This record gives sequence, C-alpha cells and structure tokens, in this order.
Amino acid sequence: MPADLVEDVWRERDTSPARIEAALRGILSERHAESEGFVAARTLNLVAIVDAEFRGEIENRLQKVGRYLPSRTILCAVRKGQQTIDAWCSMAAEEPASSNGDRAIARERIELIIGPEHLKSLATIVDPLVVTDLATVVWAPHGHADGVDALRRLAQVVLIDSLDESEVSLALCRADELAGDLYIVDLAWLRSTPWRERVAAAFDPPAFRPSLKEISGVTVRHRPDSGASAMLFVGWLASRLGWRPERLTSRGDEWRGTVRARRGEVRLRLEPADDMKAPGLGGVTVETASGSSVSLDRSPGGLKEVRRERDGNEQSWTVLGASRGEPGILGEGVRQALLRDPTYKPALAAARVMVGR
Amino acid sequence: MALSATQVEEQGNPLVAGLERLPVPPTTLTIFGATGDLARRKLLPAIYNLAHEGSLPERFNLVGVSRRDQSDDDFRAFAREAITEFSRRPPDDTVLDGLLGRLSYIGFPFDDESGYTKLGEKLATLDAEHGMPLNKAYYLSVAPEFFPVITKALKTARLHHEPDAEVRVIIEKPFGTDLESALDLQKVVESVFREEQVYRIDHYLGKETVQNLLALRFSNLMFEPLWNRSYIDHVQITAAEDIGIGSRAGYYDQSGALRDLVQNHMMQLVTLLCMEPPASFEADTIRNEKVKVLQAIKPPTADECRTTTVRAQYTGGLVAGDEVPGYLEEDGVPGDSSTETYAALRLEVNNWRWAGVPIVLRTGKRLARKVTEISVMLKPVPTMAFQSEGSVGAQPNQIVMTIQPNEGVSISLGAKIPGTRMRIRPVNMEFTYGTSFMSQSPEAYERLIMDAMRGDATLFTRNDEAIGQWRIIDPVLKAWHEQDAEPLETYEAGSAGPEAADRLLGEGRHWRGL
Repeated sequence: MPADLVEDVWRERDTSPARIEAALRGILSERHAESEGFVAARTLNLVAIVDAEFRGEIENRLQKVGRYLPSRTILCAVRKGQQTIDAWCSMAAEEPASSNGDRAIARERIELIIGPEHLKSLATIVDPLVVTDLATVVWAPHGHADGVDALRRLAQVVLIDSLDESEVSLALCRADELAGDLYIVDLAWLRSTPWRERVAAAFDPPAFRPSLKEISGVTVRHRPDSGASAMLFVGWLASRLGWRPERLTSRGDEWRGTVRARRGEVRLRLEPADDMKAPGLGGVTVETASGSSVSLDRSPGGLKEVRRERDGNEQSWTVLGASRGEPGILGEGVRQALLRDPTYKPALAAARVMVGR
Repeated sequence: MALSATQVEEQGNPLVAGLERLPVPPTTLTIFGATGDLARRKLLPAIYNLAHEGSLPERFNLVGVSRRDQSDDDFRAFAREAITEFSRRPPDDTVLDGLLGRLSYIGFPFDDESGYTKLGEKLATLDAEHGMPLNKAYYLSVAPEFFPVITKALKTARLHHEPDAEVRVIIEKPFGTDLESALDLQKVVESVFREEQVYRIDHYLGKETVQNLLALRFSNLMFEPLWNRSYIDHVQITAAEDIGIGSRAGYYDQSGALRDLVQNHMMQLVTLLCMEPPASFEADTIRNEKVKVLQAIKPPTADECRTTTVRAQYTGGLVAGDEVPGYLEEDGVPGDSSTETYAALRLEVNNWRWAGVPIVLRTGKRLARKVTEISVMLKPVPTMAFQSEGSVGAQPNQIVMTIQPNEGVSISLGAKIPGTRMRIRPVNMEFTYGTSFMSQSPEAYERLIMDAMRGDATLFTRNDEAIGQWRIIDPVLKAWHEQDAEPLETYEAGSAGPEAADRLLGEGRHWRGL
C-alpha cells in the first residue's frame, strides 16, 4: 500500500446494493466537503466474479496492474452456503489533494460476499453499484459462467483469458459465443500483440511487402498451455492476408495443417515449447516460397529477429522492448476495454475454423 | 471483417490494421548537440521510452554529434546517466543495455567539414551492417546560430539526400529570432531540403492536451454552434510560470517572454483554437487551416503596440512565502536589462468567424501560479429574469481548456443556490485527464521523434506557419525595441502580473484568476 494512501472504508453484513451505493456517495461527499480537490476517478467499472477463497489472489493481481486500475472495482466473491450479501467498500486516493491545486483522484472498491444462488440474478445486485454511463467490464477468472451470462445485458465488455479453458477449441467457442453480445478483450490475444506488431513491421518496408503474398509456411512456438494464443495469431494472419482457413490436425498440444492462400498453400505448425516460463508465444517463423524467412524469438531486452534471404545470407538483431509480464497483460486488458480492436473477431473466426469448431 | 485476397493485393501492408504501434521504418537518428541539456533531459530519455515500449524501428541506430571530444563508451555512459535520471519510468537494464549498444559518437565542431565526412562514413558503415540503406534523421538540438551551418554542411557532404532512403531534418525551436532571421534561415533550409523533409519542432504540439483541442472542437457537436463571434465575447490564453529564469539568464535575457513562449507555443494555441474544421486529418490539410488563421491576424503597427501590448519585468517579492529576487538581481542578468519577463498582447482574427473577438495572450515568469490554459468567455445571456441580490448572480459561461497542470476541460454553468429564493451562482462541470483516463501520457518528445521517423508531419510547424507567426510578432519586437529608453512596467514576483495588462481586455472584462 503506498505511504500516502488516503482511504475511507465502510462495511456491513447482510446489506443491500442501495446501502452500499449510499455509503460510497457519503464517503465522496464527506471527502469533497473537506477538500474540493478530492474527486472520484471515472474511467470504467470492473465486475470481477471470483471464488471467495481465492479473492486475495485476484486482489493481488489487480493491485499489480498499476495505473490501469479501474475506477470502480466490484469484486463478487462467491462462497458456498452464503445466503446474505455481506459487503465492504472503500474509496482511496494515492495522494492527498494539495493546496496548490493538485487533485486527489480516488478509486472505489466494493467487495461483496455472495452465495452461488445469487449468481443467476447478479445483474440485480450489481446494476445499482456500477457508475452509469461508464463502460462496465465483467471478468470471471475462476469460471462462474452463469455469473457472466447474468451480466450480459448490463456489461458492454467481457475480459477473458482463453488460456484458462482446458482445450483450445472450447476456449475459442466460448469466446465466439460471448462475442455475440459483448466486446471481447482476450488476454490470450493480447499476449500475441508484440508478435503481431513485429511481424507487421518485418514486412512493412516496401521492398518486403510483396513477400506477404508469397508466404508458404508459418511456425509458431508457444508454451504448452498457450495454444489459444498461437491459434489466434495464425487466425490473425489468415484473416488479414485473405487465406482460406481449413481444419488443422492436433497431436497433444501441437497443431499442423495447411490453409489456402491465393498463390498456393501455406503450411501452419503450432509447436509447444516446453522450456517456456511465461505464458504466450515464444517464437514465430514466417517462410516464403522464394526461400526467405523471418524468425522472431524471445531474447533478453526484446525479440531476436533473424532474417534469411533466399541466397542463404542471414542477418540478426534484437528488436528492443521490455516484457510487460502477466500483471502488465492484465493491465493492458483493462485498458483495452475502452478501445476497440477490429481485427480480433476475424482472427477468432478463422481460428475457430482451424480448430474445427 | 477479414480481407479478401484481392484486397490484400491492393493494400500496402494489411497487417498494420488495428495495431496501436505502427511500424517505423529502419532509421539512423543523428543528434547534433547530443551532449546538451535538451538531449540529456528530454531526447535520450524519450528514445529510451520508445525502446522500452517496443516502438523504435526494428533496425535503429543513434549517432551522437557534438563538439566535445569523447569515445563511444563515454557517450554511452552519459546517455545511461541521463536516461536513469530523467526517464519517466525506471529503465529496464536489458533494454537499456540493448539501446546503448546502438549508440555511437562523433565529436567535431559543427563548422568542420571533415567532421561531416566522418559522419557520412559512419552512416555508410551502419547501412552496410544492416545490408540496406536505412532512413536518416538529423536532429538539430543546437544553438540557433548553428542551424544554417549544419544544414549547409550536410549538403556539402551530400548527406541531405539519398536515392533509396528517406532523409529528414528535425529543427528545434527557435526557428529564427525575428522575421528577418527566420526568412534567412528558411532560405538556407529550402536550398538544401524539400519542405517534406523538414520537421520544425514545437514540443507543445506533442502534448496530449494540445492535441485534445482538436478532439474537443471537432468531435463534439455542442461547441461548434457557439464557436464564433455571435456567442464568444473574448478569449484569454495564459501561460504563467511561478518560477524565475533559474540558470538560463544567458538565453533568457536575449530571448524574453515574447520570443520564448508567444511566437511559437502560444501562437500554436491560437491557430488550433481558431482554425476551421479540416477536411481530413492529413498533415497539410490541418496546417493549411492553421496558416489561414495566421494570415487573418493583422500585425500591429508601432502605434497600436502601445495600446494592444504590454511588457513588464518582475521585481522582488514573495513566492509561496519565500522571498525571491527581482529579474535584474538574478545571476547573470545585466543590471540595465530591458528584457521582458511578462508579455501580453491582444490580437484579432479578421475572418467571418472571429472578427471583433479579442484574443488576449499573456505569459510571464514568477507569477502567482503555474498554469497554461485557454479560456473561451461566452457572451452574457440577453436578459436576466433571475434576481442577483444576495448572490453573485448568473455569469457568462466559460469554457476553459487547461493544458497544465490538471489537464482537462471545465465549463462554468449558472446553477440555482439551494434555498427558498431563486438565486444563481456559477458552478463548474469538469473533465480532467487524471480522472477519466488511465493511461500515462507519453512525453511530447516521444511522440514527436516517432512521428518524424515515420514521416508524419502533422504535429510539426510548416515553413509558412513559422514565418506567419513571426510576421505577427516581429512588429511587436521592433516597437518594444524602440521603446527601450522608456521606463519598463514592473510587477511584483508572486503577483498576477502588471496592472497595465488589464487595459488589453477592454471595459467590463477581467483576467481569470491564476
């Protein structure tokens, strides 16, 4: 907790959303009366549905996202046997308002202890607690699909991690199903962002752009549990480059197959890399029919890029960039909830065809 | 929607759609003045932050040039220290080491032709290492007298043009010290570079809040109907600083407030505030509209300067309870200096939208508070049915765009004071970046360096803009120079500025409190 944190807390057992909301309003009003510089942040509402016994872990994860913390977080902790709603809420600013006009910008947290029975009517509990007119994001890192479904009309965005599902095909199906009602921010997709940016950059110089039409093979190396990131990455290539996706075959965590490009087939290979520590992708190799290739692999301080020309001549360098780490990925997920990426859904659609769903 | 194969054939690079970080072409950036204060405090940290975020080109080199004779390793040590001290985030050791590995250094006086030969050889070596001609960007972060020297020398050494790569020059402010010197510099620049190769920096344009002026005006329907002479009474633009000149006496006493802030930054704010909606957000479309505003401002005559401008100097006083010296007592300032530390002027934009609306600018050192803002003061309602007895009553609405601190927009509205009587007082409806956005704004230089390497000139000053700004400011400089023998207005340090500035607003109008 930062040394300068200014925090007001209210708690009540067997309470109601109306009382919680009134308590927050009261805190803001009192604080504002003390100093006009005390204001509540208004960026977005995050509704996190979690298992009560693991809520500390989720709070820690949210704490580490730094400046991308939502302005109002509503943590719905589900405890077996809980019949009533117990609540705790706080309003905290990292810095006090100063006499020279600096604002104290406060964020609000509401923690509800609810029972599994509350989930099906979760919208009636959460609706009075979200700040109207701000985007509402729902995130259920421990499953609780019924809770997410209950909030489909209330929320505009759902934060998912396709790596959480046991199978790639199930993950992509669930994402596609949610995408009908909600804007999807998929952490598995965000883990592929630096790779998408760098592959785009590798083919961006005018001399290399024609090679995009000659791509004959793509190999993606990924952590064994990160097949969804790899599949979304090749789905992105397929959708952006006009390839006709076809079903790939899987053996364990490995996927292989071909898709149709205008000038011929493109071999795809998604290989698990057992030695990877962080989730996501570990490397990408793009080959062209003329014999040239570009490889990107994780390396200290960025991505190591190796470009091989058709004559066998090879050059390599490191594309600089710091790893965001998993807290950074979650923070990016929160930030992306306020943006719109037009390329995810086409990538998802292509990836679904490739996993045969 | 996925692209068809035909669309892929037609488009340049279909992979860039939807990406936040667009590719930057492989580039070697050469900074002239690489060991100077700007490089240390701003440029090197900005380049590090671009590297940290993965925003630098995949193939990138930085060559530092200055007069100091030192090795590559000395320059790397200097850069490491600068980045560690001034970066907006703590550096990541592996990224920093990777970046420092791309740095090299050549020391030579800027008028030494042989130095440019060495530079050319270095750039050719880097091209050869990468197996392709990299784009070149020359950043002139040097004293203004060296701009023409370096520009001409680049041409002599044939470094100003390459057949297979883009060559760009980034020129720091000030672009000239008056109209004549700006025209002279422009002559030199255009004898060497095509205008599309030239990126004149005004770092104000790299600030998010300045760019937000365009977003506020052109993405909100509610402002446009009001944005004209029928509804706007006057506009106040303030760039106030609470600090003195610090250790910059040498520079500041030559420059003064008018050159330091008004000619460039504040005139940019005037043009962004007053320009017509651009047909697109292409660089030249926006800059065309800005130039039209400058063309519509009539430069004041010497006589008009006596009534439409105010210059003043601060005397000793109290700032935040501490005693501070007057300008003439500051270290390095000549005792008889007539340099202004405060400048205010009234302009009018003579077009159908703005004719008759005073646009009043003020800037100064050692004022009561640090604030940069644009205040658009609307006209009062035509008749007032509410009583004002017992309250300040309804006031004309104000739209205030704050550039710093507390970046945001506030709109004042009349509201009923709770109670049994119908009394009105103004209240504020506020948007602040801090409460509405989670992202930390990048430093202006990060955005500008990246845009220059990408060849996007939208946030840079075009030649006719720079000259247009000087055309308005130059007569004021000349008039003030002629008045040098007359006693200068003064204001107490820590105050809101000289009382003489009040007359610029006209009867019934008041400066907003700082």
